[in-house]
Amino acid sequence: MWPAVIAGSISCYVLKLLGYSVPRRILDNARVKSVAALLPVALLAALALTQSLSTGQHLVVDPRMGGLVAAIACAARRAPFLVTVAAAVAVTAGLRALT
Amino acid sequence: MVKNAAFIGLATGAYGFSFGAVSSASGLSLLQTMVLSGVMFTGASQFALVAVLGGGGAGVAAVATATVLGSRNAFYGLRLVDTLGLTLWRPVAAQLTIDESSAMAFAAPDRPTARRAFWATGVAVFVCWNAATIVGSLIHLIGNPSTLGLDEAAPGAFVALLLPQLRTRLSWVVAGVAGLAGLAAVPLVPAGVPVLCAAGVAAVAGWRARSAQTAELSS
Repeated sequence: MWPAVIAGSISCYVLKLLGYSVPRRILDNARVKSVAALLPVALLAALALTQSLSTGQHLVVDPRMGGLVAAIACAARRAPFLVTVAAAVAVTAGLRALT
Repeated sequence: MVKNAAFIGLATGAYGFSFGAVSSASGLSLLQTMVLSGVMFTGASQFALVAVLGGGGAGVAAVATATVLGSRNAFYGLRLVDTLGLTLWRPVAAQLTIDESSAMAFAAPDRPTARRAFWATGVAVFVCWNAATIVGSLIHLIGNPSTLGLDEAAPGAFVALLLPQLRTRLSWVVAGVAGLAGLAAVPLVPAGVPVLCAAGVAAVAGWRARSAQTAELSS
């Protein structure tokens, strides 16, 4: 895991530094900005769904799906960050204990 | 100002605590978790890296996902470079360039206030985030991460980060299509790669749109 930890840390730092260093016109472009604004939305949606509904290369429905639904319900009601995470964890653990 | 910064620092501490717990549940050591919080220091990327690694994804896919999520910090730096007017301290300011410090600087009424807001928030979040990470990563000592439901903590965090960003119709469409594309790719490609397929959806949509709607999204 070390290579990924180190490479990821360096690449994220370099990106931060790039914002202060690259010529303005490269990043100050309507298309680049529009892609950059949508990337987190796409990645977070895919991360939440694939992490909850798959194991390895298999799609599975298990207690984690209940945790996902609980998190969505909390976030939709603007619950604090930790409450949303705690709901996902608690519902998953609860369903797992029942099954 | 300092009070606001301290409050934001404490609030992000809760988030850092969950990161520590998720990271150790994903199989990273305490030292690896601490390096991520100290050096990578950008929440969504850290969660993504450990989630992909914990899900059996390749290191390359984990790094790529973290990097794509961290790209927004470059755009904060672009807007901050004139406000902060730095030379010597630029490498340090770059490390503290994250959602919270940038948002506080952008919200300030004038340049001196913006500078103070940036540094106070950046330092407060850095200290609280790293301290909370250590506490969180010790939680796995209590019991089996899976029995405790900790494997669902990272998706919970992704949901909490995502929903406030869904402010336009285009963002809802992209989230929906990207999420489904990710799921559809699960049986077809190695673990970790489905998320990168979803990034392709954003790239295509953003490249084609660049309308008033996306300008609003990026503001």
